[in-house]
Amino acid sequence: MNPRILSATTRRVLTQLRHDPRTIALLLLAPTGIMALLDWIFASSPGVFDHWGPLLLGIFPLIIMFLVTSVATLRERSGGTLERLLALPVGKLDFLLGYGIAFGLAATVQAAVVGAVAFGLLGMDITGPVLAVVLVAVLVAVLGSSMGLLLSAFARTEFQAVQFMPALIIPQLLLCGLLGDRSMLPRFLELVGDVLPLTYAVDAMRVLQASTTLTSTFWRDIAVVAAFIVAILVLGAATLQRRTP
Amino acid sequence: MTKAVQGEREPAVRIAGLRVVRGKREVLHGLRFDVKRGEVTGLLGPSGGGKTTLMRALVGVQAKVTGTVEVLGLPAGSPELRHRIGYVTQAPAVYTDLTVRENLTYFAAVVGAPAGDVERVLTSVDLQAYAGTRVDQLSGGQRSRVSLATALLGSPELLVLDEPTVGLDPVLRRDLWSMFHRLADAGCTLLVSSHVMDEATRCDRLLLIRDGDLVADDTEAGLLAVTGAADVEQAFLAIVEPPGEVAP
Repeated sequence: MNPRILSATTRRVLTQLRHDPRTIALLLLAPTGIMALLDWIFASSPGVFDHWGPLLLGIFPLIIMFLVTSVATLRERSGGTLERLLALPVGKLDFLLGYGIAFGLAATVQAAVVGAVAFGLLGMDITGPVLAVVLVAVLVAVLGSSMGLLLSAFARTEFQAVQFMPALIIPQLLLCGLLGDRSMLPRFLELVGDVLPLTYAVDAMRVLQASTTLTSTFWRDIAVVAAFIVAILVLGAATLQRRTP
Repeated sequence: MTKAVQGEREPAVRIAGLRVVRGKREVLHGLRFDVKRGEVTGLLGPSGGGKTTLMRALVGVQAKVTGTVEVLGLPAGSPELRHRIGYVTQAPAVYTDLTVRENLTYFAAVVGAPAGDVERVLTSVDLQAYAGTRVDQLSGGQRSRVSLATALLGSPELLVLDEPTVGLDPVLRRDLWSMFHRLADAGCTLLVSSHVMDEATRCDRLLLIRDGDLVADDTEAGLLAVTGAADVEQAFLAIVEPPGEVAP
């Protein structure tokens, strides 16, 4: 890893994003709009928005960053730029972390904007600190990015990359405890949920909904999600081969 | 004799018994040749003959390579070589959603090129007027010049260029070839592939490759003398279809 190359890669990915104002608008406006819609839907049922809003805020970034990163890195793989970079003094970590940091920063802006609208304008309420909500959202975004980086190795086309979203993300949404208490699940599915990273992100958000302080459970959840990110990035590095057939 | 002088004399590329397997097929069948330092060597032959695979083996991005492939005195693919070789793939490998200057600035940071190098290579490929234009708004020929410019950053010792002049207008093609020779005069070694035989006249030395075999390794003059042909295209035909074996 080389700090000069890593920071240049991060800046390059952010410049590419900056050249695509429509994607930026979608990154910011789509989740904000959905929050407003959710608030409106449950206008007559007090408390429901406060229950679902923060959970959604924590999950959006997974889906969006997964899609954005998998398509962006697939383009690098199929467009020859990845091969070019790996023939140059670019380390695999420079490439992976460059994307991770760039999209992590984009996710921070996204979480800040969506959070400001939800907590400020829509009056969403949470027991725990708002900054911790943003922390979870950013971590989930980086998780989504790292999954996108890894999965792009298994897709030949952008069509396939997009299909990985329902194939890999939706089962996690169903098993992570978003829909209800995980202890109600059949034992096997509960065990499957135990090894899915999103489970811990949702659990962290539930802690913030229940407690004013950041409990040890919260920090354990954060640590588990971070460990998943590192593991997925290591697997992603293994898919970056300098020599190809 | 000092070590530096020895370094000058050893070839830039030394290849022996080079075989490459792609899928189940062997696409290079035991090549042997050297590329001299400070020369423009042309790698000529029909499309599908193995030129790109050979270049990829040299740069160290080709899997399933056996035999000796030494580049600048080191085994191909050595990490120390990554900032000493400039490689331009046939399809332009640049970011189409960035401007020309943004692409060059990024690649300059990657190879650690000195300040001012971006402007130097922009001038070399005559793209100063397009520095602020996004690559996806450029023509195919302009895009391949952007790709070429990125490889010139940091002044690598060896340039491996895969069909760099395809689709360019004759004036620009001539200018690029004279730039290749200026770089060679300054000590850079260039290996340039082409499927257009008439580019042979612009090379110091020629490697003719067909169906994974090296069929000639000579200068243009030498090749014409041996075959008695009028041009390299005829010489190529004379070598691959010796008189008497010509199809009826």
